[in-house]
Amino acid sequence: MTHNTPERRRRGRRPPIVLLILGCLGLALFLIPLAGLMARTPWSELPRLLAGDLVTDALRLSLVTSVLATLIAAVIGVPLAWLMARVEFPGRFLIRGVVTLPLVLPPVVGGAALLFALGRRGLIGDPLGELTGLVLPFSTSGVVLANTFVAMPFLVITVEGALRNLDHRYEAAAATLGAGRWTVLRRVTLPMIAPSLVAGLTLTWARALGEFGATITFAGNLQGRTQTLPLAVFVALESDRDTAVALSLVMVAVSLGVLVMLRERWWKAL
Amino acid sequence: MVSGRRLALIAMPVVLIAACGGARGGETTITGAATGASLQGELLVSAAASLADAFAELGSVFEGAHPGVEVHLNLGSSGLLRQQVLEGAPADVFASADMANMARLMDAGETSGDPMIFARNRMEIAIPAGNPAGITGLEDFANDELLIGLCAEQVPCGAYAREVLRNAGVAPSVDSNEPDVRALLTKVEAGELDAGITYLTDVLSTGGAVEGLAIREDVNVMADFPISTLVGASNPEVAARFVAFVLSGQGQTILDGYGFSSP
Amino acid sequence: MEGAVDGFGLDASFVARRGPDFRLDLSLSIPPGRTVALLGPNGAGKSTAVDVLAGLLPVESGQITLGGVTLDEPAADRFVPPEQRNVGVVFQDYLLFPHLTAIDNVAFGLRSRRLSREQALARAGGWLERLGLSDMAQRRPGELSGGQSQRVALARALVTEPDLLLLDEPLSALDVTTRARLRRDLAEHLDAFPGPRLLITHDPTEAVLLAEQIHVLEEGKVTQTGSADDIRLRPRTQYAADLAGSNLLVGKASGGRVALDGCELHIPSQVEGEVLVTIRPSAISVHRRRPEGSPRNSWPTRIELIERMGERVRIRTGPPLVLTAEITEEATLALGLIEGDEVWVAIKATEIGVETGAGSELS
Repeated sequence: MTHNTPERRRRGRRPPIVLLILGCLGLALFLIPLAGLMARTPWSELPRLLAGDLVTDALRLSLVTSVLATLIAAVIGVPLAWLMARVEFPGRFLIRGVVTLPLVLPPVVGGAALLFALGRRGLIGDPLGELTGLVLPFSTSGVVLANTFVAMPFLVITVEGALRNLDHRYEAAAATLGAGRWTVLRRVTLPMIAPSLVAGLTLTWARALGEFGATITFAGNLQGRTQTLPLAVFVALESDRDTAVALSLVMVAVSLGVLVMLRERWWKAL
Repeated sequence: MVSGRRLALIAMPVVLIAACGGARGGETTITGAATGASLQGELLVSAAASLADAFAELGSVFEGAHPGVEVHLNLGSSGLLRQQVLEGAPADVFASADMANMARLMDAGETSGDPMIFARNRMEIAIPAGNPAGITGLEDFANDELLIGLCAEQVPCGAYAREVLRNAGVAPSVDSNEPDVRALLTKVEAGELDAGITYLTDVLSTGGAVEGLAIREDVNVMADFPISTLVGASNPEVAARFVAFVLSGQGQTILDGYGFSSP
Repeated sequence: MEGAVDGFGLDASFVARRGPDFRLDLSLSIPPGRTVALLGPNGAGKSTAVDVLAGLLPVESGQITLGGVTLDEPAADRFVPPEQRNVGVVFQDYLLFPHLTAIDNVAFGLRSRRLSREQALARAGGWLERLGLSDMAQRRPGELSGGQSQRVALARALVTEPDLLLLDEPLSALDVTTRARLRRDLAEHLDAFPGPRLLITHDPTEAVLLAEQIHVLEEGKVTQTGSADDIRLRPRTQYAADLAGSNLLVGKASGGRVALDGCELHIPSQVEGEVLVTIRPSAISVHRRRPEGSPRNSWPTRIELIERMGERVRIRTGPPLVLTAEITEEATLALGLIEGDEVWVAIKATEIGVETGAGSELS
């Protein structure tokens, strides 16, 4: 009887068939559009298409703005998450709702809201422009702002969840060992939520990279200044599908590359 | 040289006459209305975004005359609509803002019969109400202190606008390429952009929220809007009748009312 | 309150609240070099006491003074936060930082006090060596056994040379064998620590073996204070009586016998030196006359107290050795026992539990 060889039994039972089928369906949902994209790619034309400065400008802009947006989200989002997780203040649940808003709003609505607030005639933008001459829309800073707005909730929510789940007694133990609050944060709290922090930052960066609606509404669409990869794809779709496909492929390659790289470095140690 | 405002003034009585003309019979009628079997079914019209208001009216008038017909409008930028048709999206009629997109459908064999130009649209400078930046003409588009928006070059409106600027010898300092006319108008209306170039009809459609500055005839561009029934139409007879209606005197009058010029 | 408290001990007398329902009312004075045990059931307020003394929970009223420095006194608007107190705490579940190695854990307190990395690691390494954990230095807490984690936690608390050592149930997370083995080590380290030490526990064996003075804590209040014998001989509450009823005695063993309170018992062990003797109440039999047969431990005594608890009856016997025996109601009636009666008690040598630091020997 070949079925019950020790080798087979050691490998364990096959996963439940229902889970297997559903799981494969889930995977297919991700793989099929990717396959469609790759099937339409004009592979022979690719080098020429990718060399054009439409592509390089968009790529550079996308990378710069998405990374900046992630950094800003980290600097102001982590403290916000900490406050939400640790400080009991009235209306805390309301703040959580507000923070989740960009996730729920269609990005174009988000962009419009940014315009109403920070545009040239905006609620804050108008006096801000008068005082400092700063005009945010139609600038690269505007792109960064739009990206931060839509992507930061990912970071805040991930980090807040992690902080809540963290046993705060580790921080108490650190305090009894003489660590001041800043040292506790730096040497105990943040390292202990590192996996969630990395996951949150990754999601934030990915979301910022793919942002379209808020960017085009608030920051405009100008090659080299505000035309990020998603915008370039959208506009290229109008007239030149080959370029659009090439641009899409670039986005996929960049994202996959970064995610694979992250996996190696960060998840191995944990 | 007819200023935008004056054109609007002229258009108003035309609309009134058309309305009165329609009211005479108590119900609008279509010239050459069908006798015999009445038209039935759903009609899907893919039309350039700038045709939104005009085609809404054309559609409802057509429905009024043919109660068994439901007209659905699929609005978007001409390029995207063309792509949808090429990918097999269901559409009975295609009305584009430029010949280029229609030509690509023709080449692909998607159009049945010959497309016809059913309207023309001239370009106009769009400025926020009150003209806060004090725009006087196309020359201001070269001023990089001002926030200038155009439609993206890849959409018909953007191509036309750039042609106008080339004709006028102006190298514009563009701050944003909007994906479509509506987006451009919204920002102009909000004052976030100091000026843009759109179709005349779109400026008019804002009802004064966006004001227009006429462009000299000798540099202006007249956009040709073609219409055609599609090979993939699920309802070819209704489609053909609709196109005929658009091209008819009544249809043309309706289009006039929105600022379109006759072909 | 025994002994004078000089400038380096703990002097605390306070009321603290945790939530709306719980109130802790505690007075403690621990001179340097002494171990006091806070012994009580779960929910008595032991963890609250730890938090208060460590500075994690402010008191409502009263004061806490350590080494002459006031740490907490609401009336004087004075509160020293935990990171500025020099209190070393060994927590019940150790709370070793999972992302740091053992040596980094131990060095943590020193690094927080601005010691350089080299110095901190050197001192931490020294302590790990003292506790026999040198080759565990680079391991993460997740890779350490319970006993090893406990020792790392102890090293972490001791390396900073705190003014007060708090041990919150230091051995309760360990299995019985490890616990007994580490108890002796812990006793040695405690003896070596010069400052005051407070041991929080629910295990009377631990309290008896490690502390000189026991405070019995029940529902937020100290119900009795004294040595182990004080509590055994004169329990004031039911809980204390239950503690007493477990018959824990400390004596000197030699040549198969142990001397307790002027009595000598035969034990099934050849260990020498100080031992902890445990006699289960049900292992003590009560007779009207000198019993025949095998028990080598029997003597005449008087019944001091009879406590009826349903089917079981607890009998406290008087001098020469105060013990609590437990027999059935039926037997009590059959023997017609009443308080004041003269009886004989007998205990089989094999039923006597003997513990040294090397492990329990109940054969």
